[in-house]
Amino acid sequence: MSANQDGTNLLEVRGLTKIFGTLTACDHIDLDIARGEIHALLGENGAGKSTLVKMLFGSLEPNSGEIFWNGQAVRISSPGVAKKLGIGMVFQHFSLFEALTAAENIALSLDDGSPISSIAAKARALSFSYGLPLDPESLVGDLSVGERQRIEIIRCLLQTPQLIILDEPTSVLTPQEADKLFETLDRLRSEGKSILYISHRLEEVKRICDRATVLRHGKVVGHCNPRAETASSLARMMVGNEVQAVVRAPVEGIATAQPLLEIRNLSRKPATPFSIPLKSIDLNVRAGEVIGIAGVAGNGQGEFFESVSGEVLQQDAGSVRIRGKNAGNLSITGRRLLGAAFVPEERLGHGAAPRMKLSENLLLSRHATDGKAFVGGGGMVDSAAIYAAAQRIIEAMDVRKSAPDPEAAALSGGNLQKFIVGRELDRRPSVMVVNQPTWGVDAGAAAHIRQALIELSRSGSAVLVISQDLDELFEISDAIAVMHNGALSEPMPIAEATFEKVGLLMGGAEPGHAEHTMETA
Amino acid sequence: MDITVNILLTIATAATPLLIAAIGELVVERSGVLNLGVEGMMIMGAVGGFGVSYLTGSPWIGLLAAIAMGAVFSLLFAVMTLSLATNQVATGLSLTLLGLGLSGMMGTSFVGQPGERLPNLDIPGLTSIPVIGRLLFGQDPIFYISIALTAAVTWFLFKTRTGLTLRSIGDSHTSAHALGIKVIRYRYLSVIFGGACAGLAGGHLSLVYTPQWVENMTAGRGWIALALVVFASWRPWRVLAGAYIFGAIWVGQLHVQAINLQDFVDAPWVIYKVIAFLKSFPSQLLSSLPYLATVVVLVLISRNKRLTMMNTPASLGQPFVPDR
Repeated sequence: MSANQDGTNLLEVRGLTKIFGTLTACDHIDLDIARGEIHALLGENGAGKSTLVKMLFGSLEPNSGEIFWNGQAVRISSPGVAKKLGIGMVFQHFSLFEALTAAENIALSLDDGSPISSIAAKARALSFSYGLPLDPESLVGDLSVGERQRIEIIRCLLQTPQLIILDEPTSVLTPQEADKLFETLDRLRSEGKSILYISHRLEEVKRICDRATVLRHGKVVGHCNPRAETASSLARMMVGNEVQAVVRAPVEGIATAQPLLEIRNLSRKPATPFSIPLKSIDLNVRAGEVIGIAGVAGNGQGEFFESVSGEVLQQDAGSVRIRGKNAGNLSITGRRLLGAAFVPEERLGHGAAPRMKLSENLLLSRHATDGKAFVGGGGMVDSAAIYAAAQRIIEAMDVRKSAPDPEAAALSGGNLQKFIVGRELDRRPSVMVVNQPTWGVDAGAAAHIRQALIELSRSGSAVLVISQDLDELFEISDAIAVMHNGALSEPMPIAEATFEKVGLLMGGAEPGHAEHTMETA
Repeated sequence: MDITVNILLTIATAATPLLIAAIGELVVERSGVLNLGVEGMMIMGAVGGFGVSYLTGSPWIGLLAAIAMGAVFSLLFAVMTLSLATNQVATGLSLTLLGLGLSGMMGTSFVGQPGERLPNLDIPGLTSIPVIGRLLFGQDPIFYISIALTAAVTWFLFKTRTGLTLRSIGDSHTSAHALGIKVIRYRYLSVIFGGACAGLAGGHLSLVYTPQWVENMTAGRGWIALALVVFASWRPWRVLAGAYIFGAIWVGQLHVQAINLQDFVDAPWVIYKVIAFLKSFPSQLLSSLPYLATVVVLVLISRNKRLTMMNTPASLGQPFVPDR
């Protein structure tokens, strides 16, 4: 930490409070950020981290509390004011425009009116000096997530900010891209800039941050030096109690087990100009194993899931086989009737109908497969049976809710995810395909979901998990395959897999000479 | 030769109101707002323009009144959809219904009254040049406005910073808001500009095209303008192309319906055969030809999916409520 110029902190926050309806998202938050430090803001999903930084960047207005910049009380009424003060932000959900070029995107956040061509030149120069190569003429819609983040960072740096806020920057990066980011952050710190770093990845916080402020349920629950803590002590501060570790017993004789889900030469043309084609994917998932599919977001995972689940049908019926039967030309219901179950990435809209009750959502997904149980004589719906089944799932998955049978949209993301996964597990499917099982789910619930998936596989089902979270895949998978640019690598047994190997494949290296290939721009 | 010039002039007159209304709607949709009330704003412009022109005796003041009428009427849509975040489709449809009804009521005393036409441009020496003189220098003033407007909107959208900002809002209003761009303010101004253009287009109908007031005189032109914007994939010069294709075929089929085949027995054999072929279709099919041909042509020129995707405002029609 460099010395303060005049004894004051760069930024001080006192008693900042934000209330949405009945929810107090931030409750009297105090925060100090010194010059030249990387300050971590830790907390579970919904702890109020994003709300806090949106207030610092002027996107949200606090209900009460004060912000001091260089010792002066300031009111940050808009992002424009924040930029003038010298606060820059790299957003979690990128605030980029897909149909515009990188240079145009950068120009939009600069108010100096200089021509696009000079902005493009400046951006190119700055990006190379930080080792984050960027082509200003490229269309954002064509770029990978990592490249998009570079645009955000360059855009932020061009405004020469004193304080840079990064909201969960590594959640979409490969390990190698994350390393590159950490180098950049180190360099910025050495230039005397301050960084507010938001994350729930404890290892990286321990690695790069000087100080940490921990939030829980909208309140500050502690300050600490992350380097002096262990990952589990930080987790305890965030969650408030111990997080149970997931147990995965190794399985024997997988090689001879019967494949329940077979994917043969699955190809798909891109549906829109910005989507990814699938390139002859082959994969077997056998009874008793969990196979994980890693990959940077937007490399065809969504398209792959749609093809496997039957949201999009294939020409070739044999390209997807479930329990030995051709299913490529079957609808979602047809594939479910063969014993498969699917959990899509988007919870609201795909996984559940937001304005319908949980019991109704249960009937929607299982009326065909469990018709006898849920639909009584004369085609009438047996509400009592559905309600009982919904309650059984709620109990099994520990879904926390405010009413006995609430609307899906009324549940928090994590609790709804537990219900949706539980709804499929309750059928004891012989093939289970899950896309991002714990996206945005807090640590306790995530552990619960992961354990349930492992147990399903050990009871003789085939489980396929698509996830961007490498920690999660290493925790639950028996083998990991990597999807890059629409192609899927050979599954790597977990005993042989390392973060580095998987990370290189995520960046597009060939499996054979992975050790020698550097990530290209 | 004179007949050809006359036909070309009629085509320009038919295309001009479509072009102006569509260019206005293009700016509105580029900002991410879908205003289906073009027909309503146009007819309000037509009745306002004719009424003021009739009362003051000046078609020029009438023209300004038409623009003002469209702008004020669109403000109603802007307040509903932008400040109150109502559904844009439903609000736009009701704007059209309201405009058609209200204009009919306001115009009852103007029905059958003679109107004064905006004079055509007349530049001594230039206008009297054979053939091109009347085409280039002898048309009504709104024709020149429509061409200038197309060029100006193209320059604004693709060459200026403000235009870039407007397009970015149409692409993603949440991203724009996160950058501190005043989404609602931009959209208000866009909607009002679109309203002013629709009003001007209506004024063209009641002050140039047929200088009188007839109830429902827009006859669906607002809807055609809306369709042109979409089929031209939100690009101004394609809107112009579409408007003129529509105008040309519309005028052409009217002529084919009106002429007598017997008058052409002495014409060259090919022309006779073509006219005979066209006359063999039922008149209803000929009347639908402009719509069909415009759609077909514009679909063919927007076959490049990637370009279409880049030009489509992704947040079109979605209400935006900034969280503060």
